[in-house]
Amino acid sequence: MSGREPPEPELVVEIWRGRESGEFVPYRVARRENQTVLDVVSHVQRRIDPTLSYRFACRVGMCGSCAMTVNGIPRWTCRTRVDRVAGNGRVRIGPLRNMPVIRDLAVDMAPFFDKWQRATGRFVPSDADNRRTFARVPPGSRERQAADAGIECIGCGVCYAACDVVAWNSDYLGPAALNRVWTLVNDSRDGARREHLAAAAGDAGCHQCHSHQACMSYCPKGLNPTAAIAGLKRETVKSLLRGEL
Amino acid sequence: MGGMKYAIASRNHPVYWAFVLHRASGLALAVFVPVHLYTLSLAVREAARFDAFLEWTENPLVKGGEALLVLLLAGHLAGGLRLLALEFLEWRDWQKSIVAITLGIAAACGLLFLMNAP
Amino acid sequence: MTGRLEAWLYVAQRGSAFVLAPLVVVHLATMIYAIRGGLSAEEILSRTEDSAVWGSVYGLFVAAVAVHAPIGVRSIVREMTPWKGRSLDVAALLFCALIVVLGVRAVGALL
Repeated sequence: MSGREPPEPELVVEIWRGRESGEFVPYRVARRENQTVLDVVSHVQRRIDPTLSYRFACRVGMCGSCAMTVNGIPRWTCRTRVDRVAGNGRVRIGPLRNMPVIRDLAVDMAPFFDKWQRATGRFVPSDADNRRTFARVPPGSRERQAADAGIECIGCGVCYAACDVVAWNSDYLGPAALNRVWTLVNDSRDGARREHLAAAAGDAGCHQCHSHQACMSYCPKGLNPTAAIAGLKRETVKSLLRGEL
Repeated sequence: MGGMKYAIASRNHPVYWAFVLHRASGLALAVFVPVHLYTLSLAVREAARFDAFLEWTENPLVKGGEALLVLLLAGHLAGGLRLLALEFLEWRDWQKSIVAITLGIAAACGLLFLMNAP
Repeated sequence: MTGRLEAWLYVAQRGSAFVLAPLVVVHLATMIYAIRGGLSAEEILSRTEDSAVWGSVYGLFVAAVAVHAPIGVRSIVREMTPWKGRSLDVAALLFCALIVVLGVRAVGALL
């Protein structure tokens, strides 16, 4: 009310509005301590423009639904603080790359998850007994550790959006799906190793990867799909040379 | 209104730049190889002609071009070894340092070539 | 089928890289050594003429390059241009043949 009070700190955030064609629209949002990028987007949708489309659920980094492109880098917005990305006082938020834009910040993740299916990213019990008996898997075994390294994926699509090979070859299965296959190839209870390797080796598979390491650089869970794909390259080559592919 | 145009900042990390160099050097070498083989076969048996060609290469501009090719070859070699190690050996967490080492090897080869050039 | 083709191309690309690595080291070292005090046709020929060692080194070099380069260029074209499919594969094979022909002539001239 009195003109003497310092103005409330503000942040100008530009948010993508539209589909494949659209524009970045600037909004003024109050700057708060410990504010996340998702807080900013939610504020715009609740207080400024209720037509803004975006997606989120858990807000605590578990569900993998709130990933967006923040200043050109794919991130999980619920765990990305504004302080960390607004170094130059500018925040530009867009939808994830490499997926069709439904509207504004919401992308269609169907192609991303379809590829998990195409990559045979599902567990196949090795035999009927497996369903009845308790599988003994030493936690310290090499295979189990290799599988463990990749199982914490939350399916957020950040790696897929960061991957240039996906951008160049729209059939490419992508880091998340291949990482999933690698955990299954290393799962001693899984009985479809040959199928997994054959799916991972296809025209759209692991051999297309150029090890840019964007997937591991930006994975919010700190996973390393590049190493998983390198493992698939080795195992598929072995099975190719054995005539099993 | 228009298409989404903004810098893909996720590309700006050392390993991506290593990829760009590997691809650019590979392409340049692939273009150079046929030229290199052609001039060799054409001229090496006609000593006078080949030596005239070698004289042309004394031109500082050409010398610089040669050093650049040496640099590209050494860079492609070091970068290729990096990729082979990444794909066929255990994963190493110091990938950025490996990129730096490959650049160092390439630069050293280019410098050695220039130092030895008459 | 295309999956197996890609896998084989990967094996050929990395396999030829394994072959090329030591050969390129030799090539770089020879180059840096040979240019000291200037280069001449006579000097090159005196090193390579009737030498089974240099003949096989350069012969293997040409063969490995003929495998390695076309696969790499094919990947670049597939990823960065709209050109894909059978015609590109044929073009890559022609590029391979070009390197083999020019390489055989060049190595022949040196021996």
